[in-house]
Amino acid sequence: MVRAGLRALAVVCLLALAACGPPPGPVPQRTGPADLQILIGSSGAAETKAVTDAAAAWAAASGNAVTVIPAQDLDQQLGQAFAGSSPPDVFYVDAARFADFASVGALEPYADALAAAGDFYPTLRQAFTYQGRFYCAPKDFATLALQINEDLWARAGLSAADVPRDWAQLTAVAERIAARGITPLALGDTVERIGAFLVQAGGWLISPDGTKATADSPQNAAALTYVQRLLRAGLARYPSALDTGWAGEAFGRGLAAMTIEGNWIKGALAGDYPDVRYTVHALPAGPAGEGTLSFTTCWGISARTPYRSQAVAFVQAMTAVDQQLAFASAYGVMPSVVTARDRYLQAFPADRAFLDGAGHAQGPVNAPKMGNVLSDFDTQLQRLAVADPQAILRRLQRNMTAALRG
Amino acid sequence: MAEAHRRSGIRGDEAAAGWLFVAPAVLILGLFLVLPIGMALWVSVSGWNGQGSPFAPGVPYVGAQNYASLFVEDGLTRENFMISIRNNLYYVAVAVPAQTLLALALALVVNQRFLKGTSFFRTAFYFPSVTSSVAISVVFLFLFANSGAVNALLAAFGISGPAWFADPRGLLHLLLGGLGLVDVANPPAALTGGGPFGLSWWEWLAGPSVAMSTIIMLVVWTTSGTFMLIFLAALQDVPVQVEEASLIDGANAWQRLRHVTLPMLKPALFLVVTLGLIGTWQVFDQIYVMSQGKPANTTLTPAYLSYRTAFSDFEYGVGAAISFVLFLIIVVMTLLQRWIMRDRDEPRPRRRWWPRRGSTS
Repeated sequence: MVRAGLRALAVVCLLALAACGPPPGPVPQRTGPADLQILIGSSGAAETKAVTDAAAAWAAASGNAVTVIPAQDLDQQLGQAFAGSSPPDVFYVDAARFADFASVGALEPYADALAAAGDFYPTLRQAFTYQGRFYCAPKDFATLALQINEDLWARAGLSAADVPRDWAQLTAVAERIAARGITPLALGDTVERIGAFLVQAGGWLISPDGTKATADSPQNAAALTYVQRLLRAGLARYPSALDTGWAGEAFGRGLAAMTIEGNWIKGALAGDYPDVRYTVHALPAGPAGEGTLSFTTCWGISARTPYRSQAVAFVQAMTAVDQQLAFASAYGVMPSVVTARDRYLQAFPADRAFLDGAGHAQGPVNAPKMGNVLSDFDTQLQRLAVADPQAILRRLQRNMTAALRG
Repeated sequence: MAEAHRRSGIRGDEAAAGWLFVAPAVLILGLFLVLPIGMALWVSVSGWNGQGSPFAPGVPYVGAQNYASLFVEDGLTRENFMISIRNNLYYVAVAVPAQTLLALALALVVNQRFLKGTSFFRTAFYFPSVTSSVAISVVFLFLFANSGAVNALLAAFGISGPAWFADPRGLLHLLLGGLGLVDVANPPAALTGGGPFGLSWWEWLAGPSVAMSTIIMLVVWTTSGTFMLIFLAALQDVPVQVEEASLIDGANAWQRLRHVTLPMLKPALFLVVTLGLIGTWQVFDQIYVMSQGKPANTTLTPAYLSYRTAFSDFEYGVGAAISFVLFLIIVVMTLLQRWIMRDRDEPRPRRRWWPRRGSTS
């Protein structure tokens, strides 16, 4: 009887193992019309529609079939798809997660072979380069800039000439605004905003090749000390201290005269706070000059797709200049190629500060297994006002070094 | 053996038939329960990175490495795991007694015969349990927003409410600081110096954070309805004669509750506490919807950490290891609880752990 039970269990095991997917190894490529699955982490209905339409147009012109699937939770759905050996052929990869995907061999390194490979902004190329290989084509990008509320600015007696160009001027205008009882700056409490100060101070968290932690540098300490001074003097406040979910909300509700956000704030303000009058300027320069952060997503192609060449053709069509400009007007992103620059500025002259940021922008930390480490850093940054910047950076250095080693 | 021999006669084929009849259940349990657990166990001792099948050749076996990173190796993984254990310990310690007592109280109230509209109250109290936990979580987010209803209510009494979901301060820290025993901004070196598993005693003693306490309130409120139902069913099973007999014996209301009703509710109490322990150690959806571990990791729980480690950090091995540790914790807690609540049938002298004043008996 026991033996019969074991036999039954063995049969169950075999059945289940058989369902566990194909063996690893190079995937045989198929030619001819492809049926591409595209998984996108869409910012909203406008983006979903624009991408679906563009994909349908490409499919009709090229004779392939394309299905665009908007993800609810892109990270989790991708993780599940890879674990189940049935990943989509093409999918969005956020620059902050790129190294995680590249390091486990999930991505096809196709981008260097693209005709337009040299046309992408260098900061974006760097964001999608892992161990010297340029993996995937940047879809579009955004950068941080300084937004100023015109009404509050005027109420504090400031004019266009007072827009701060460096840290000293930022402190000076912030003090004048604070003297009027207005919160000068709403600042997001994560590395994705405060990191810009690190770049302006000449520091950053990781070496350019993504192999060495450079967190506890004097430049980074100077940057955090400066931000700490702003926070302690009430010249900058975190969104939670202003009873808001993010800095853009605080800015839109008129709770702060300035904020540091990216291109997405345009759409958010137009949608939720259409009456706010504001201007966009380059971030104030630090001791080491100008600096900002860039945020980007690429068209990842699965290393397991049987339709590699068709997928590359699809990405080529999606990153073409005209297509990117169409996406830009549909849902407010900036084209990732330099040749689209002038035409974009003609269409959106107000975005010059965002677009110019590409010249001195730093992408996200480009190394695998950093998610945990950076969310711990964010936790530390939330109590920056009362903590020791040196200790925060030492802790980050230790955690990053450990994550890079293992 | 004698049994087996005897069976080989006229009823010899019953074993085969029996297996045939239970085959569907064995298959389904094996396929969806035993096998996945076995697979997860393998993942927890492997270095699988989430690409392709975890059983493909080439997936390395790392032994107890994933478990070591949770308990032995000094690093962020261990720190986050221990913080999640601490958070969940406080969460369980507050939520389980609170929801059990509340459920019992509600059940006793709606079990009263003199109460009018009992079915209305039963439905009302049970309502939170049948509502989607995600929907309730979102409602609580609004209630406890900085300018939400709760703070507005507190403000009406002249109390300035905290920023509930953004407040990482531990309640025990606040209490100790409030009593003037310690300076929270500058905790005593004896406590910050060291502690088990890389987390200082000061951090272990933080207590549930303000943010966590809102989640505790939510969970107590939603689960007490279900448990009330269990208690209610048990209460209705208590024979009226027993209660009448105790009345004749001259027992007052408290004595009837303490010495008649509660002992008869013991199986239900065991069930409620067990379900409560399992449910609270596995808390996930409220965390996922409301806080995602924020602020300052004070609402991080092992269940959520396991998910985050596996699906966003691609550390499937460590994620699976966390879930197995969680499984062990639940098993140990349940066994412990079973032992504490075991039936003591043997007659024994009545002992009290507190002296009874003015009593001669």
